[in-house]
Amino acid sequence: MGENDANITFFKDGLRLDGRRADELRPLKIEVGILARADGSCYIEMGGNKVIAAVYGPREVHPRHLQEVTRAIVRYRYNMASFSVEERKRPGPDRRSYELSKVSREALEPVILTSYFPRSVIDVFVEVLQADAGTRTAGINAASVALADAGIPMKSMISSCAAGKVGGQLVLDPMKEEDNYGEADMPIAMTPDGRITLLQMDGHMTREELKTALDMAMGGCRQVYEVQRKALIDKYNQMEAEIIPDQEQPQEAEVL
Amino acid sequence: MSSVLSEIRKDYLYNMILKGTRADGRYFDQYREISIERGVIAKAEGSARVKLGSSQVLVGIKMQPGEPFPDSPNRGVIITNAELVPLASPTFEPGPPNETGIELARVVDRGVRESKAVDLEALCITPGKQVWIIFIDVHILDDCGNLIDASSLGAIAALLSTKVPASKFGLGEDHPLPIRDLPIATTAIEFGDVVMFDPDSDEESIANSRLTVITTADGSICGLQKSGTGVLNLEKVHHIVDIAGEKAKEIREKFLEV
Repeated sequence: MGENDANITFFKDGLRLDGRRADELRPLKIEVGILARADGSCYIEMGGNKVIAAVYGPREVHPRHLQEVTRAIVRYRYNMASFSVEERKRPGPDRRSYELSKVSREALEPVILTSYFPRSVIDVFVEVLQADAGTRTAGINAASVALADAGIPMKSMISSCAAGKVGGQLVLDPMKEEDNYGEADMPIAMTPDGRITLLQMDGHMTREELKTALDMAMGGCRQVYEVQRKALIDKYNQMEAEIIPDQEQPQEAEVL
Repeated sequence: MSSVLSEIRKDYLYNMILKGTRADGRYFDQYREISIERGVIAKAEGSARVKLGSSQVLVGIKMQPGEPFPDSPNRGVIITNAELVPLASPTFEPGPPNETGIELARVVDRGVRESKAVDLEALCITPGKQVWIIFIDVHILDDCGNLIDASSLGAIAALLSTKVPASKFGLGEDHPLPIRDLPIATTAIEFGDVVMFDPDSDEESIANSRLTVITTADGSICGLQKSGTGVLNLEKVHHIVDIAGEKAKEIREKFLEV
């Protein structure tokens, strides 16, 4: 954060470099059920981020010693494609991806009704195909939709979004330039009723700024939630539209 | 949060909380006794052993010249690592760091890095070619809870006692490491409806969620990390951040600003 903040302006005529207002999200696109093999899946574009999430399970736990007698365990694997960033990333997990996997799993677990599926596992796989700041939030948003798509019982959806500070100003959903040269980045995730399940921050914020940034990020999460909800509803409307015409043309009874 | 705590013990802790106190008699926002011993390892460039109640961590600093990162050619490099060695807890196992260890190292690193505690520009030897690399190695000796706060405190205390070993590498005279800020991590857990600071390992194992707030000397916040599978509402976050600021100030004034 703020390593090279000299000589960079983040605002022009009151707007950000990509033309957004300070409290505006990047364009958000969510598609549900895009993978055939997975039990649930989701593709998300959040600005320049392109992320796919897949859910498998509840299914048998391997290795078996990991299983819990009273509930399902949740596993979350955040993985970045080597070509997703400017400088090729060495494939495979690194310390960052371990941490992100942990906090992302903990962001989703509070709403998953794991006690319905003792001795089983719910696997969430998140692949970052293109990264542009905010991949963990995009991953969590996609994973939440994919869990719903897989029919995993949940208390609610989880929506995620970051707020940041650039050039002394608070902004919603920072993009790459703002994240790299900004002063702070704070990703959060929450339920639609405002219970926070992920909260991280690095950089520099006063307590007052932190409060405002939290409000801002929560506002962003609410907007994300509406898009997630619509994507799920659209999928089932579409399924219905595909099924109902069939029902209207009942097969002619065979005359014996 | 991985150790198995008997249901009876859990019940007992819960009943104490209902009475407004904790198993060891502390207030909800009270820290255990802290002691810091600096310069305990002569072979290290800097070191500190922190006791937080019965938790014990040893942080050692080693420095050596090396190549800078391409995107910051004239800045020193910080590399933080944490070892949860099996001697420190019955639940730790040998082998490569697991996600708890990785998270611990990354949160300690976040405090030092984001507060800009170390003047990294002053650690440039030849721009683009050679800079000082600082290895912060956290060695957990006894895990009785709240390793994040103990380790973060150990890291900054060790950095304060660090001498840059310039003469060893023919780069002039040894000199103290330039430190510009004193980040303090304060951790609270949430259980039921209460928030408790500086959790011991029993309290950690019953916690729903945990929030670490890293505060700089000017009272700003340079890092946050929530963990655990619980939820926090906005009110609790504000509450924890506010108290964390006060606690951090007390700890900083008492142990670091001498």
